[in-house]
Amino acid sequence: MEIVLVSLFNGLVYGMLLFMLASGLTLIFSMMGVLNFAHASIYMIGAYLAFTVSRFVGFFPALIIAPLLCALIGAAIEVWGLRRVHHNGHIAELLFTFGLVFIIQRSVQMIWGMLPMAYRVPPSLDFSLFTIYGANFPAYRGFMLLVSVGMLLATWLLLKKTRIGLVIQAALTHPQMASALGHNVPRVFTIVFAGGCLLAGLAGVIGGNYQTTEPGMAESMGPIVFVVVVFGGLGSLAGCFVASILMGLIMTFAVVINYSMLDLLKPLGITVAGDNLFTEILTVPVARIGALLPFAMMIIILSFRPRGLMGTRDT
Amino acid sequence: MTASRFRQSSIWQGWIWIVVLALAIAAPWAFYNYHTGRQSGFVISMLSQMGMMSILALSYNMLLGQAGLFSLCHATFFGIGGYATIHFLNLAGAGSLPLPMELIPLLSGLSGLGLAIVFGYIATKQRATAFAMITLGIGELMVTSALMFQHFFGGEGGVNTNRMIGRSLFGLTYAHGIQVYYLILVWTLLSALAMFFLTMTPLGRMANASRDNFERVQFVGYDPRMVRFFQFALSGLFAGIGGGLYAITYEIVTFDALAAPLSANALLMAYIGGSASFGGPILGAVLITLLQSGVSLMSNSWLVYVGVLFISMVIFAPAGIMGLVTAHGPIVRAGQLGRLTVPYIRVLVPGILMVSGFVGLVELTSFLTIGAAQGKSLVLFGNKIDIHAMLPWLLATICLVGGGFWLRLEARSFRRVWEGLMLDLKPQRSMS
Repeated sequence: MEIVLVSLFNGLVYGMLLFMLASGLTLIFSMMGVLNFAHASIYMIGAYLAFTVSRFVGFFPALIIAPLLCALIGAAIEVWGLRRVHHNGHIAELLFTFGLVFIIQRSVQMIWGMLPMAYRVPPSLDFSLFTIYGANFPAYRGFMLLVSVGMLLATWLLLKKTRIGLVIQAALTHPQMASALGHNVPRVFTIVFAGGCLLAGLAGVIGGNYQTTEPGMAESMGPIVFVVVVFGGLGSLAGCFVASILMGLIMTFAVVINYSMLDLLKPLGITVAGDNLFTEILTVPVARIGALLPFAMMIIILSFRPRGLMGTRDT
Repeated sequence: MTASRFRQSSIWQGWIWIVVLALAIAAPWAFYNYHTGRQSGFVISMLSQMGMMSILALSYNMLLGQAGLFSLCHATFFGIGGYATIHFLNLAGAGSLPLPMELIPLLSGLSGLGLAIVFGYIATKQRATAFAMITLGIGELMVTSALMFQHFFGGEGGVNTNRMIGRSLFGLTYAHGIQVYYLILVWTLLSALAMFFLTMTPLGRMANASRDNFERVQFVGYDPRMVRFFQFALSGLFAGIGGGLYAITYEIVTFDALAAPLSANALLMAYIGGSASFGGPILGAVLITLLQSGVSLMSNSWLVYVGVLFISMVIFAPAGIMGLVTAHGPIVRAGQLGRLTVPYIRVLVPGILMVSGFVGLVELTSFLTIGAAQGKSLVLFGNKIDIHAMLPWLLATICLVGGGFWLRLEARSFRRVWEGLMLDLKPQRSMS
């Protein structure tokens, strides 16, 4: 029970972090048809910028400044990069963002070095919020939940209640039609791309000290975010939300489950002996294949339901 | 008329291939050391690497260039070929697999083919972005499995073997790198020829067609999915051969051989070299391997250069280096190349200025952090450069910005000359 509750909370926090990254990517992906490979790299930039900025002005100003800088970077990428390769087709755009990953990866290493940064939780949030079954729940995780819920609300309000939100929604589902009605779709693209990068940067700011700020953080986060976006479905923020929470829970719960396939077979009276590839597959505990589950789920959903969980059109 | 021109240019291309082959055969002897009576080990291993990377890039281009499929798991088949080969070599060494060394890569290819059939069945259900995502999943799945299952993959340490299995068609022992190099060369040649002839088969033609317009392929009566599937499976076969050669060369295979960076490398090589032409990926493989083993010795940030090169290719030259070269074909045939000499020099000067400014900035930044951590200092032409001084930074920035603006101006006039030349050549072309 204790493990379940703690894992539930951790899974929720991780899922919300994933959602913050994935929501921007979903918006970009559904609108422009570009799967931005560099999205997780922007997340990494957000964490590094937050570290540098917070050294000068403290954590809370950095919480605002770093995402804004990320949005600027995103706008620059869209205007000077993506727009120029747009006429060469989707594969060219994919390749472009793929190339960006290398450049950002190496540039971050060049600017900040190879070692992890000492980016820590601010002292004002470094206490235990409450205790369940003897396990502390750090206040910072509560803060992360708060920020991500606030972001979720803000995005929802922006999309549903403002004029630009209406245009974005229109461009999301019917880009040609929105363009035909006289809206400046390229500018909407830039805004959405910058907005997505802003969210990724924000995720970086609060994720950077939750995990570690190091050059490998984009690589470890990137594939999972793609899984979430594809799993949730194209053009659906709700699907993205469900998928994020689901993946967060799966990833945290898988770590604590110590059963293997053999344990399922045991009640049937089946036992295996020996030490070969077959017994290895049977006896490997779920905790160790946890990292594998999201990808297996993505492959399955893409081959049987290419529009994802709640998508409105095929990937 | 067009047909005779085509034949002319293909004869011309045939000659280039023979020259390349002759160079590849002769290359190890150009670095022969008469004191020790051996070839340079570094050169041999670099040439071997070029061979297997050529196979990898060519087989990747069966997907990217010929079928328009953006795969992110190509190293999976390379790696599985490598792992399988290690086990085959161990079996052969123990005497339970009576096969000469020269034929082992065939088995590696078949293992790649087998896995590509399984994964290809799933992945080729989709195309474009969904295909890319499925292959990303497959790639990650295989890397995680490789780290998890000890028996076949050996976990993090990988699996190793001894390539001297004592069975060969020609009585070779493969104790020296030079023998392995020629084995690689022969298999690279065979694979390249096979892949070249595949592009001329109906399958290759239909792959091109389904890349350009898959709906029309359906109307004509082909199933684009089957075309994708066969193309995927066959590219797995060749990638497996490449992996087998990798295993034979290094005698150890770890999860690096099927991890994402190698898949990315395959993409970079195929694209930078030129995915629109058959020979482009070979050029890319040679170039990237040179960069990898040459520049990486001098600079920590070679990946930045490769990334920037890649992105500029995506923006400015989608046909790759080979595409840039072949664009000059009609001009050379018309004997008008001389008219481009002056414009080229005018572009080259600011180009060099800009590139050196960029390299300067990158190196200065990288020596500030990574270089400092390694305790190295920046040395240029024998002079030690103080990276904390103002002057080098200023100079590099001026070179970059000034060169950039100058290049923009020159590029505009270059384009004018180029377009004028193309206009002049047009009537000639239609007359002949």
